[in-house]
Amino acid sequence: MPTPSNTEKIPVTVLTGYLGAGKTTLLNRILSEPHGKKFAVIVNEFGEIGIDNELVVNADEEVFEMNNGCICCTVRGDLVRIIDGLMRRKGKFDAIIVETTGLADPAPVAQTFFMDEAVGSRTKLDAVVTVADAKWLTDRLKDAPEAKNQIAFADVILINKTDLVAPEELSELEARIRGLNPYARLHRTERAKIDIGEVLGRNAFDLDRILEIEPSFLDADDHQHDHHHDHDHHEHGHDHHHHHHGNGLKHYHDEEMQSVSLKTDKPLNPDKFFPWIQDLVAKDGPNILRCKGILSFKDDPERFVFQGVHMILDGDHQRPWRADEKRDSRVVFIGRNLPEDRIRQGFESCIA
Amino acid sequence: MSDTQIPIPSLADRVRAVNAGAPVVGVHFFQSTPVFVLGEEALLFAGEDGERRVVVHAGAILDSASDGKLVVSGGDDGKLIETFPDGDRRVLASDEKKRWVDHVALGPDDAVAWSAGKTAHVRTRKGDLRTFDAPSTVAGLAFAPKGFRVAVAHYNGVTLWFPNAGGAKPEFLEWKGSHLGVTISPDGKFLITTMQEPMLHGWRIADAKHMRMSGYSARVRSLSWSANGEFLATSGSEQLILWPFDGKDGPMGRQPKILARAESRVTNVACHPRQPVIAVGYADGAVKLVRIDDDALILARQADEQPVSALGWDNTGQTLAFGTESGGAGILAL
Repeated sequence: MPTPSNTEKIPVTVLTGYLGAGKTTLLNRILSEPHGKKFAVIVNEFGEIGIDNELVVNADEEVFEMNNGCICCTVRGDLVRIIDGLMRRKGKFDAIIVETTGLADPAPVAQTFFMDEAVGSRTKLDAVVTVADAKWLTDRLKDAPEAKNQIAFADVILINKTDLVAPEELSELEARIRGLNPYARLHRTERAKIDIGEVLGRNAFDLDRILEIEPSFLDADDHQHDHHHDHDHHEHGHDHHHHHHGNGLKHYHDEEMQSVSLKTDKPLNPDKFFPWIQDLVAKDGPNILRCKGILSFKDDPERFVFQGVHMILDGDHQRPWRADEKRDSRVVFIGRNLPEDRIRQGFESCIA
Repeated sequence: MSDTQIPIPSLADRVRAVNAGAPVVGVHFFQSTPVFVLGEEALLFAGEDGERRVVVHAGAILDSASDGKLVVSGGDDGKLIETFPDGDRRVLASDEKKRWVDHVALGPDDAVAWSAGKTAHVRTRKGDLRTFDAPSTVAGLAFAPKGFRVAVAHYNGVTLWFPNAGGAKPEFLEWKGSHLGVTISPDGKFLITTMQEPMLHGWRIADAKHMRMSGYSARVRSLSWSANGEFLATSGSEQLILWPFDGKDGPMGRQPKILARAESRVTNVACHPRQPVIAVGYADGAVKLVRIDDDALILARQADEQPVSALGWDNTGQTLAFGTESGGAGILAL
């Protein structure tokens, strides 16, 4: 069956963010930039106000469970239907943007692209972009589990309305976000002003684009918006969770949501690794929001890459290891109450 | 086992090719004139005396149905349109919130049903309007062959709605999951839905006894009842799956009949209106005619990697029309 190659598939960007963070502002900014691109926009039923675009579709955000015995395998039923309808107008738009309600969980949206064959064969998930309110996110992280989910799940995070907070508050907030999700691209914005190349065309779910797994704040070249990490302020003493990171950045550890990063320079045994990770996501999948990995298997000249959402894993050989490349295996999990010790031991036992 | 070694007889060179110029999402007939429903805006009347494009919607056409006298269609312009053999069109309804009209069905006595969002509507021949609000978005509509009943598929089940029964409580057939399409057997005894998962679910309407029909490699998107009502033909597998509905228990405890095996997945099925013959369209672009009794095959369209997206017979079964996702279409007179 001729399925379109990944480059022919229509990219889909998911915009999330808690109520009032500035999603619609970002959406309108994307739509009004002179990029010559045409978008189909799927908005939630409360969000249609003032979107200037030819193709706007209202979604009901119906989350459906799949009948496969897996409780976290949910899909957005309305998206299945809407994308099917939109594809009849193929050629009228270059990309799709899905704006979710402030209370939405991004996982069912993402899973729709992996669980529904018709959707997945014609479109591809590009990235989950989360807009955060610089002034209120700290409070929301305490009282709104949805807000925490959206941060932890994101590939790109815009800390918006930075003009409303002091620089030290901003550093504090960034550290908090990093505690939840060290891998997302972070940008500071005012009125959601950002180069749209930073939010669209990210290929965050594309296996071919899993190049590095490094916490985003360690790799500075990628940032035209400098993060102004405030190295002098790491002595704030009002949060008992924080401790010092090697490079002087403050590091917050969230009680509930965290990331677990694994690394080894010893080759892995695929016959041990695959059963282990499949078992892990089968058991702990409901708590694992995202995972990603670059793997070096014993006697295998090619890099193996994978990524996952809850219980869904997607992986493939990517390309031969280069001679000058260090053959490390790196895996990261972002999730809720992750059994870190058990995960580490399991990973170690996969070493060939 | 291979079915590609022995070439099957072909009628493909007798096909009148039509360039639809847009994805074909449905096929209907006015007498012997095929009407191709295009993915966007128009119906293409493809009579032997020439082709005629009739614009009916300002946008995508999401669903259509025909009784041979008219074609009714729903669009993302929020409109329900009926189109007549002379190309005249009439707006039957406009959704006040401009929601997509994504499902339509035609019933006995010229009744028409359609849905937008969670609301299903029925309009009787006399012009009376009835509405029903489903618990979630309506995903499929079908009239029962007898009586005035409409099956409304939605999340977690199907509601059997009696539009003329005033305040009578609709019957609810429950089954967990997302039901996307619905059909009722020609004898009115069984109701079958296609699900989000690659499977069908069914109920014997009399006692709501369940039937699960699974084993597909993809979501089932096309269903067709055989002329005598004995079989339900289904897409969704690399073979034609026929579920037996000839006994009082339907397919309960029985195996399906499997015909027309291929390397490619079946995307569309259309049973001949009189003979035990089924037209089968594949994802690789092939269209084959299959005889139910002995699995004898005749090729009607060569594979060309353009997935078949619509198939239909005229009333008499003398003409078959088909269309593809890429806008290729053809008409085969037998």
